[in-house]
Amino acid sequence: MEAVQTYNRRNRINAQKFALWAAMASIMMMFGAFTSAYIVKQASGNWLEFSLPQAFYFSTGVILISSVLLHYSYVSFKSGMERRYRQFLVMSFVAGVLFLILQYLGWTDLFDRGVDMKGNVSGSFLYLITGVHALHVIGGLAALTVAMIHAFALKFTVTQKRINRFELVLHYWHFVDVLWIYLFLFLMFKK
Amino acid sequence: MANLAVHEEDVLIKEQGYDDHFHDHHHGDNYQSGFLMHYVFSMDHKIIARQFLITGMIWAIIGAAMSVVFRMQLGFPEESLTWIKPFLGKWIVVDPATGVGKLSPEFYYALVTMHGTILVFFVLTAGLSGTFSNLLIPLQIGARDMASPFLNMLSYWFFFLAGIVMFYSLFLSTGPFSGGWVAYPPLSALPQASSGSGAGMTLWLVSLTLFVVSVLLGGINYITTVLNLRTKGMSMWRLPLPIWAFFVTAILGLLSFPVLVSGFFMLICDRSLGTSFFLSDIFIAGQALDRVGGSPILYQHLFWFLGHPEVYIIILPAMGIVSEVMSVHARKPIFGYRAMVYSIMAIGFLSFIVWAHHMFMAGVNPFLSNFFVVFTLIIAVPSAVKVFNWITTLYGGNLRLNTPMLFAIGFVSLFISGGLTGIFLGNSAIDIQMHDTYFVVAHFHIVMGVAAFFGMFAGIYHWFPKMYGRFMNETLGKIHFWGTLIGAYAIFWPMHYLGMAGVPRRYYSFDTFDAFRHFTEMNKFITVFAIITFAVQLVFVINFFYSIWYGKKLKVKNPWGATTLEWTTGIEPIHGNWPGKLPVVHRWAYDYNKDEREFVPQHVPLKEGEIGDH
Ligand code: HEM
Ligand SMILES: [Cu+2]
Repeated sequence: MEAVQTYNRRNRINAQKFALWAAMASIMMMFGAFTSAYIVKQASGNWLEFSLPQAFYFSTGVILISSVLLHYSYVSFKSGMERRYRQFLVMSFVAGVLFLILQYLGWTDLFDRGVDMKGNVSGSFLYLITGVHALHVIGGLAALTVAMIHAFALKFTVTQKRINRFELVLHYWHFVDVLWIYLFLFLMFKK
Repeated sequence: MANLAVHEEDVLIKEQGYDDHFHDHHHGDNYQSGFLMHYVFSMDHKIIARQFLITGMIWAIIGAAMSVVFRMQLGFPEESLTWIKPFLGKWIVVDPATGVGKLSPEFYYALVTMHGTILVFFVLTAGLSGTFSNLLIPLQIGARDMASPFLNMLSYWFFFLAGIVMFYSLFLSTGPFSGGWVAYPPLSALPQASSGSGAGMTLWLVSLTLFVVSVLLGGINYITTVLNLRTKGMSMWRLPLPIWAFFVTAILGLLSFPVLVSGFFMLICDRSLGTSFFLSDIFIAGQALDRVGGSPILYQHLFWFLGHPEVYIIILPAMGIVSEVMSVHARKPIFGYRAMVYSIMAIGFLSFIVWAHHMFMAGVNPFLSNFFVVFTLIIAVPSAVKVFNWITTLYGGNLRLNTPMLFAIGFVSLFISGGLTGIFLGNSAIDIQMHDTYFVVAHFHIVMGVAAFFGMFAGIYHWFPKMYGRFMNETLGKIHFWGTLIGAYAIFWPMHYLGMAGVPRRYYSFDTFDAFRHFTEMNKFITVFAIITFAVQLVFVINFFYSIWYGKKLKVKNPWGATTLEWTTGIEPIHGNWPGKLPVVHRWAYDYNKDEREFVPQHVPLKEGEIGDH
C-alpha cells in the first residue's frame, strides 16, 4: 500500500494545509445550514425565548484563552524554547477540556431551567448546534493529543515538517474557536 | 519483450520534459505486486478509477433492474409476476384464489426509492465523477498521481462501505427505505410511518453519510490536485475541459453536501432523540402525536440546497467529457473554449441559488418564488451557450461517427430536449399543474439521467483503450447507442403527455382514477421499451467485459490523434504515469487542424509566431 511520490519542487501549495482549509469550508457550510435553518424556523413562530446559561460566557473566555496559549506554544516552538512550548501546549489542552466541561454545565443549567432537547424547537436547536460544535472540539483535542505525544516523545528539533504539522493543529484549533464565537454571538443575539 | 517499446519515453518529453527526479524514488517492478495490494487496496489513481467504474456498473445494473420490476407492475398490472417470486420472496403477493402474483405496494415504493438513490448517488455521482476525475485529472494535467493517493483510496472504500450498507438494507424483513430518494419527513422522520421508515431509513442515513464522506475526501483531493500538481506550462487556461468540469464539480460537492449532512443530523435527532425539527401536527390513526413546532419545509430547504447542485454535480462531468470527445472526433478545436469555462463556472454558481424551484408547490412564499423563477430561468443562458458551442464545434467538422462520438452527439440532443422542459417547470405558475407528475419524471430523466449516462458512455468508449489497452467492439457499440437513444426517447417522451394530463408520479396504480384510465396502453408501451432498453444495456456490459480480455489491441499510443497528455503515456500503464520526465505543456488542449497539421499535442513546442493560448 505504498503511494507514488507526487510532489516536486514546483508545487507551491501545501496540500495538507489546503485540504484542511477545504474541510473547514465544508464545516462552515454545515454550521451555516444549521444557523440558516434556525433563522427560517424562528421566523415561522412558535419559538421559546430563553437566555443563554452563564457557563457559556465563561466557556467563551476559556476557549479564547486556549487559542492564545496554543499560539504561544507555537511561537515558542519556532524559536526553539522547548520548555515553554511544552508547557503552553499542555495548558492549551487543559483549557480545551475545561471548555467542554463548561459546555456540559451550561447544558445541565438549561435543562434545570426546563429547556430540554425534546421541548420547543428553539431548545432543540441550541443543543444540536452546541453539541455538534462540541464534537468538533473533541476532534481538536484528539489532534492536540497527537501534538502532545510528539512534544514529549520525539526529540526536540525545529524542522519545517514539524512546523507544518503544528500549523495544521493550530489552524484547526483557531477555527473551532472562531466558530464558537460566531455561534455564541449568533445564539445570543438571535434568541 | 514488447514492454520495452511500450514503456519507451516520448522523445519530446525526454528532451524537453520536466525532471522531477521521479527515478530517485521509483519502486521498480515489484511495486504493489501482490493481487491484494495491486487491485484491492490500490493507491494508484488509474486502478481506483476502475474500481469506481466497475462498482458503479454493478449498481447501475441493480438500479436499472429495479426499475424494470416496478415498470412491469405499472404497465401490466393484471399480468402475474409470480415468476420473480424466487428473487423477491414475500414482496410478491400471490392471490391464493387466482394464483396471480403482484408486487406489494410497499415494495413498489421501496424499489422506486432505491432506484432513485442508487442511480443519483452511487452511479451518476460516484460512478461518473469518481471514475473520470480519478482517471483523467492526473493524466491530463501531467501529474504522477493524486495529491493524496491515500485519501483517494479511502474515498473509494467509504463509497464501497456506503454501498454495502445500502445493499444490506435491501434484505431487511421490513424492506429498505420507501419514502422517495429525497427522503422527506415525516416518512423519513418517524420510524413508525411506514415499513421502510424504521430500520430501512436508519441504514439509508448511515449509507448516505458514509457516501458524503467519500465525496468530500475525493473532492478535496481533486481540487488540490488540479491547483497544485499541474505540470510545467499547464496554466489553468490550458486545462482540457473535462478537468475544468471535474474541478468545479468538486467545489460544488464540497460546499453542498455538508448542508445535506446538517439536515441528516436533524433528521437523526427527530428519529432518535424525540426532537421536532421537521414534525408538527401529525395524526397517526386518528391519534395526534405530541411532536409539534417543527416544519417539514425546513428539511426540503436543506435537502434541495444540496439537491439542486447535486444535479449539476452529475451533469458537469458529463459536459466536460462530451466537450473533449466531441472536439477530438470532429477534428476541430472546441468552439469558444473560454465561454465553455465561464459557463461551467456560471452554472456552478447559479446552481446554489435556485433550489426552491423544487418547492414551488410546497408552500414557500409565492413572492419569494419569483426570485427563484428568475434565477432558474437564467441558468438556461449558460446552458444554451454550451449547447451552441457544441453544435458549432460539430458544424463543418471532419466527423468520425464512431461510438464515443455518437454518444457525445446524443448527449447534446438529450440535453436540449430535457433542458427545454426545465424551462416549463421553472415557471412557478406552470409548475402548479406539472409538479409531481410524470412531466417532471420525463424532464429529469432525459436531462440528467439519460444525458449523464450518455456522457459516461462517451467517456468509457473513448478512454477504454487508455484504461485497458484494448478497444471496445464498434458494432456492439453502435447497437448499444441506437438502442439506448431510441429506447430512452420512447420511454420518456410519452411521459410528458402523461404529466401534462396530470398523472402523478410515485403512484402504485391508477385503477381507481377515471381520469387516468385511458393511459393504460401508453403505460404498456413505456414498460415494453424499458425492458428493451435494459436488454440493450446488457449488450454494453458484455462488450465491456469481453473487450477487457479479447478486444482489439491498442498498437499505438495515441489512437484517436488527440492532443491531451494522457495519450503521451505508454500503452501499458505504469505507476507514476510517465517513465522518466514529466511532459511540459506549450499550448492549449484543442489544436486540431492547425496550419496544415492534423493535430498538435499539448507538449509540442510553439513554432515561431504561434500562439499557445486561446
Ligand atoms: C434549463 C435548465 C433547467 C431548468 C430551468 C430546470 C427546472 C426544474 C424545475 C423547476 C424542477 C422542479 C419541478 C417540480 O418538481 O415540479 C426540476 C426538477 C428536476 N430537475 Fe431540472 N431544470 C433544468 C435543468 C436540469 C438539469 C441540467 C438537471 C440535471 C442534470 C436537472 C435535474 C432535475 C431533477 C433531478 C429534478 C427532479 C427532482 C425530483 O423531484 O425528484 N434539471 N427542474
Ligand atoms: Cu433543481
